[in-house]
Amino acid sequence: MAVRLVFLGKLADLTGAAERDVMAPLDWSGLLDALQGELGGWLASDKVKLAVNGAILADKMDLQAGDGDEVALLPPVSGG
Amino acid sequence: MKDVRLLIEPFNPGQLVGPFTNAHPGLGGVCTFVGEVRGDGDVEALELSHYEPLTLAGMDDLADQALARFDLMGILIAHRVGELHPGEPIVLVSAAARHRRGAIQAVDFAMDHLKSDAWFWKREKRGGEWRWIDPRPEDHADLERWV
Repeated sequence: MAVRLVFLGKLADLTGAAERDVMAPLDWSGLLDALQGELGGWLASDKVKLAVNGAILADKMDLQAGDGDEVALLPPVSGG
Repeated sequence: MKDVRLLIEPFNPGQLVGPFTNAHPGLGGVCTFVGEVRGDGDVEALELSHYEPLTLAGMDDLADQALARFDLMGILIAHRVGELHPGEPIVLVSAAARHRRGAIQAVDFAMDHLKSDAWFWKREKRGGEWRWIDPRPEDHADLERWV
């Protein structure tokens, strides 16, 4: 009955964990409700991408995750 | 031959390049770049995290792009993850070709993309404190070279 959230890079510091399970189903407004307190402006920022089961969403607002899905929150990658 | 690896333990570049070279009889040249963790002032350690479903697939796609774009016989891309210390190898790209230019350019191409556009998050430890490394403005310029 859960969607697994995976936090990469500095997002894991902000949430205090690399992973967390939340109730399925999960859409964009549900994700905002679950995380906006911890991630603040990061979540809606264009710089943070979402991947569902390893596939990056072109538009985060299209998020539709169900039981067993893994949603990764991807901040910008580090430079050289 | 395409050989793409994520490595969680320290590696010896020669032990990867030797077999890679031997796997391409008839080659005209091999170009290899090895990146090491820079001993920048007081940097004590560098930690690379990755996301399994994206990182290796992205490196594999990069290898395919290099093979399609340059006249190569093979390419080897290996990247460390985990905690590293100054002087340790962090990345290796080796390209084998009949003629040198394709091999040299393929390594340059792959390195620009690995540094700027691959799914790695890095943080460094200085004075006992970890700090995440942000994207650099030069990264975009590095990628523009290949557009």
